[in-house]
Amino acid sequence: MTTTPLNNPQPLSGWGRAMTSVANFVPAHHPEEMSQYIRSAGSRGVLARGLGRSYGDAAQSGGATVFDMTTFNNFTLNPENMTVTADAGASIDSILREIVPLGFFVPVTAGTRIITVGGAIAADIHGKNHHLDGSFGAHVLEITLIDGLGDIRVLTPASPEFWATIGGMGLTGVIVSATFTVIPIQSSYISVDTERGKDLDDVMSRMIERDDEYKYSVAWIDSVATSGRGVITRGDHATLEECRLDGVAHPQDYDPKKIATAPGLVPSGLLNRWSVRAFNEAWYRKHPTHRVGELQGIGGFFHPLDGVQEWNRIYGPKGFLQYQFQVPDSAGYLVELSLRKLREVGTLSFLTVLKRFGPGNDGMLSFPQAGWTLAVDVPAGVPALGRALDELDALVAAEGGRLYLAKDSRQSPSMFARTYPRLDEWREIRNRLDPNHVFVSDLSRRLAI
Amino acid sequence: MMDALGEPQSVLVLGGTSEIALATIKCLPRQRLRRVLLAGRPSPALDTAVTELQAMNIAGVESIEFDAKNTDSHGAIIDAAFDVSDIDLVILAFGVLGDQMDAEADPRHAVEIATVNYTGAVSAGLHVARRLRNQGHGALVVLSSVAGDRARRSNYVYGSTKAGLDAFAQGLDAALAGTGAHVLIVRPGMVRTKMTTHLPEAPMTTDPEDVAKVIVSALRKGKSTVYAPGPLRFVMAGLKILPKQVFRKLPS
Repeated sequence: MTTTPLNNPQPLSGWGRAMTSVANFVPAHHPEEMSQYIRSAGSRGVLARGLGRSYGDAAQSGGATVFDMTTFNNFTLNPENMTVTADAGASIDSILREIVPLGFFVPVTAGTRIITVGGAIAADIHGKNHHLDGSFGAHVLEITLIDGLGDIRVLTPASPEFWATIGGMGLTGVIVSATFTVIPIQSSYISVDTERGKDLDDVMSRMIERDDEYKYSVAWIDSVATSGRGVITRGDHATLEECRLDGVAHPQDYDPKKIATAPGLVPSGLLNRWSVRAFNEAWYRKHPTHRVGELQGIGGFFHPLDGVQEWNRIYGPKGFLQYQFQVPDSAGYLVELSLRKLREVGTLSFLTVLKRFGPGNDGMLSFPQAGWTLAVDVPAGVPALGRALDELDALVAAEGGRLYLAKDSRQSPSMFARTYPRLDEWREIRNRLDPNHVFVSDLSRRLAI
Repeated sequence: MMDALGEPQSVLVLGGTSEIALATIKCLPRQRLRRVLLAGRPSPALDTAVTELQAMNIAGVESIEFDAKNTDSHGAIIDAAFDVSDIDLVILAFGVLGDQMDAEADPRHAVEIATVNYTGAVSAGLHVARRLRNQGHGALVVLSSVAGDRARRSNYVYGSTKAGLDAFAQGLDAALAGTGAHVLIVRPGMVRTKMTTHLPEAPMTTDPEDVAKVIVSALRKGKSTVYAPGPLRFVMAGLKILPKQVFRKLPS
C-alpha cells in the first residue's frame, strides 16, 4: 500500500484528553470543497469536527482528513418563524450572544455552550429540560448533509436518513447546515429554586415528585459522601416582571465572560482525594437548604464551567473520562450502586450530575430514553477503574440502559452493539448514505460501528 | 486504538515465539483485546504460543508466516496485517543470539546474526512505521539489549547488531514525532529465556515476565527508552564510561 503524507498533520483528542491521534486537519470553507475531499477520500476516510467537546474519540480519526468545521460558521435568526438556520460550525455560544438580547433562546443547551450546531445534532445533545422538551434533534426542522458520495442532501424529519443523522456521531455524512426552532424568552435570567437532598433517595424522590413543575432541572450529587446527598437546582426563564421585582436593570443583556483559564501544566496529583473531598463539601455547603426564585444569568445556570476556559486541564497529563449512563426508572438503584462502586475503587468524581430524562426520539443512535442519567468525571489513571466500569456496563446493559457516545472512551464493541438495539437499522441507512464508509472516526473504529 | 484507560485492541508480534513478547501480551490489559497476531516462521513453537494465548481467553489470536531474513516479503505481510484493522501495538521481538566463537570462525554465521537482528529489523521496522504513520496512532516496541551499549569480547557480534538496531530505533522514533505513532526502545539485561539457557547467569538477570512489566508500564507512561530491570540504566551509564583497561578485566 502506498501512503500519502498528510498536508496538515494535527494531533486531535477529545475533551478528556486521554486519547490522541494525528489527522489531516483541514479548515472547512465551502460545501463544494468538502465534497471534493469526500469524493477523493483515501482509505482512512473523512470526518467533521466541531469544537472538540465530546469527551472521548468521537471527533478524531487517525490518518483521516478531518474538517475543522468551526471556520464554517454563519447563521441567521428568522424571528417570524422562530427558527435559526446555521452553518454546522456555528457555535451555540455565538448564536446565544446574538439571539438572547432579541428575546430568543436555543431549544436545548448542553452543560457547555462551546459546541457547534453540527456537533449538537451529531451527538443529539440533551440539557436540563430533557424531561419536558427532549433532546436537540427533536427541534431540528431540516439538515443539509454531504453524503459519502459527495452529494448534498436536504433531510427532514420525514426521512429515516434524518433520524440516522440525529445522534449519528457524524458517521452518516458531513452536516453542512441545519434549521432548528428557537423559543421566546422575556429575559436573560432564570428564576431558580434550589433545594438540598440529605441523601440520594431524598434527592431522587424530590426529582420524581416535582421535576415536571420546572422547565429545567438537574441535581449535583456529592460523590464523596456515602449518603449521596445532593443539591437540586430547577428553574424557568424569568419574566420581565420577575426581573423588575428583583431590581434587574437590563433584563435582556447577555454577555458571558470567561473568568479564568486553567494553567497549561498541571501535575497529575492536583485532583486528589483531599481536594475533591474539599470541593464536594464546599459545593454542598454553598447551597442553602432551600431557596426559591433566585435570579441567575443564563451562563451561571446552564454553563457554569464555561467560566473557566480549558478546565479539562485540571486533570493533568493523563486526562480523564466521563462515564455517563442512562437507565429506565425501574433501574434507579444503579445510580446508588455505581457511585458506591466508584468510591470503592478509589475514584472520586469532581463533578457528578444526575438528571431525569423524558422519552427519547426517533434518532436510531440517540442516547436519551425515559429514566435516569448519571454523569461522573473520573481521572483516567486509576488502575482498577477499567474493570469496575466494565462491571457497571454489564448492569446498565442488563437493565436496558446504555452509555452516551459523546462521552464514551472505553466501552467494548459488544456493550455498544447490545445497548443500541436499532444499530442494524441505522447501519442499513448509513450504507445507503455512505456505501464506501468514507466517514470514520476513532470512535467508530473502536466500537466497530 | 488504545482507549482512555490504555487498553489496546490489537497487537502484532514480529517474532511470535519471543518469550518476552508473549509475556508482554499476557501482562497487557486484555479486556479490549480482540486481535493478536503472532508473526514468525511456521514451527511447533509458534503453534504452542498461539494455543497458550488462546487458553488464556485472549480473543482473536492467530499466527502469520513471517521470516525476518526474507526482507522482500515484509511489506506485503505487514500491509496484510494492517489492512484488516488498525494495530495499536507492534512488538519487534525477533532476534538471535548466535555464538560468538562460531561467528569468528565462520563469518557467514556472523552475517546470519546481522541479517536477522539488524537488516531484518530495519526492513520490518520501516514497513511498520509507514503503516503507523498512516493510521495516525500506535506504538512500536523494539527489543534492543544492553549488549548494544558497549561491545564486549564475549558477544560483540550480537552486541553490534543490537547497537545498530538501537540507533535505528532512536532515529525512527524521531522520524515518527508528530505522527501520532511512537517507538519504545527496551534494553533488557540478561533474561532467562531459551536464548540464554546455556549461559552462566549475569548479575541483575531477570525473567521475561519482569521485562514484560517494565514494557507495559513504560507504554502507559509514554516513555521512549527503558532498561529492564530499570536500575540497569545506571549500571550501563557507568560501564559506558569505564576505561577500556578496566572494562575488559570485568568478568564476561
